[in-house]
Amino acid sequence: MSVSSAPQANSQQRKAVALISGGLDSLLAARVMLEQGIHVEGINFFTGFCVEGHTHAIRKKDKSKPKRNNALWSAEQLGIKLHIIDIVDEYKDVLLNPKYGYGANMNPCLDCKIFMVNKAKQWADENGFDFIITGEVVGQRPMSQRKDTMPIISHHSGADDRLLRPLSARNLPPTLPEKEGWIKREELYGFSGRNRKPQMALAKQFGFEDYAKPAGGCCFLTDENYSAKLVDLWDARGTREYEMDDIMLLKVGRHIRPAPHYKLIVGREDGENKFLQGYKNSYISFKTVNVPGPLTLLDGVASDEDLKFAAQITARFSQGKNQPNVTIEARRTNGETIQLDVTPMPIDEIKPEWYV
Amino acid sequence: MAHYELDARRMFCPMPVIRTQDKVKQLETGDTLEVVSTDPGALNDIPAWCRINGHKVLETRDADDEVFVLLEVCES
Repeated sequence: MSVSSAPQANSQQRKAVALISGGLDSLLAARVMLEQGIHVEGINFFTGFCVEGHTHAIRKKDKSKPKRNNALWSAEQLGIKLHIIDIVDEYKDVLLNPKYGYGANMNPCLDCKIFMVNKAKQWADENGFDFIITGEVVGQRPMSQRKDTMPIISHHSGADDRLLRPLSARNLPPTLPEKEGWIKREELYGFSGRNRKPQMALAKQFGFEDYAKPAGGCCFLTDENYSAKLVDLWDARGTREYEMDDIMLLKVGRHIRPAPHYKLIVGREDGENKFLQGYKNSYISFKTVNVPGPLTLLDGVASDEDLKFAAQITARFSQGKNQPNVTIEARRTNGETIQLDVTPMPIDEIKPEWYV
Repeated sequence: MAHYELDARRMFCPMPVIRTQDKVKQLETGDTLEVVSTDPGALNDIPAWCRINGHKVLETRDADDEVFVLLEVCES
């Protein structure tokens, strides 16, 4: 049945699709619904900007850390199915043209939530689910989780009263599942504000211990440094278009822009160097020949003088940084290589403002 | 029953899982699928996805910076 069709008889088990981020709130919201006998399945959206996994997978020093996808972990704890949806292409319009603007950085949180709830509603329509749940809590986030913006999400997503926030429901008007008696409002919660203690207490009550505690959220767009790199990329190219590779590369290496027409991405360790090497057919690349050193990519256009300058910066971050000369191999995207013997750039000549 | 392979190299979490999920949707019960990925996280994530969705993991291995997951599609 469609979420927009008439309610069914109360004897039939109702189905809810839960937005699962991998964090504690969505885990608890889904569990609260399971407690009320609702059939719950999870949905998780991949925008390309999710913090989850990428950096750990790239950086060699992190490879020994246990890795898990927290959304999958949440689903497994809950004993529910999880559907992971790739929305990288569709998400571009959300990021580039947010109706409600950006938060402190390049995070279009309100538009993002409207978009995701709308996608969940479409999924529910197609799969015969009755309503949608999220882990939102009134007052928890400055943009998307305020008492005045949460109704905007319900309305503009098209979910209306079929969007239920189990953790904060008692602070909000009754939704269809409550009005129809599919669930008991008195067994929902009235959490509000940024204090996480009520959620932590509920987690303890449900026996959840090893849940994710991301510092700064789960989206790179809320990160000041990442947002600055993204804006720099757009400014340098004169267009706000981007591809998946662009947003991946912003997560890797030191980003240094010595001139408006080119930027260097300098690997910081072996894992990053290896990752960057995969782009050598798309970007001019530099590697050290006679000493261990980074793999550097050049994004932009470069004269012979620029190549030499980039080689000097690459040498600066190599183990030959104190030697009089380091040999650097510069490789163009067509495979043509040249060797440059350069003096490593003194550290005080790499201007702080070049760092993106 | 047939055997399939999925190349998920140079993709990072959660793309190998998404590709696995999308491929499995096209397969029949009893078919087997071997996924190869360069994301070490896939070694945990794909088996987790299989457990959640009722598919059977037949083998996992890790060699030369690549991970391999062999799964059997089950009715779910």
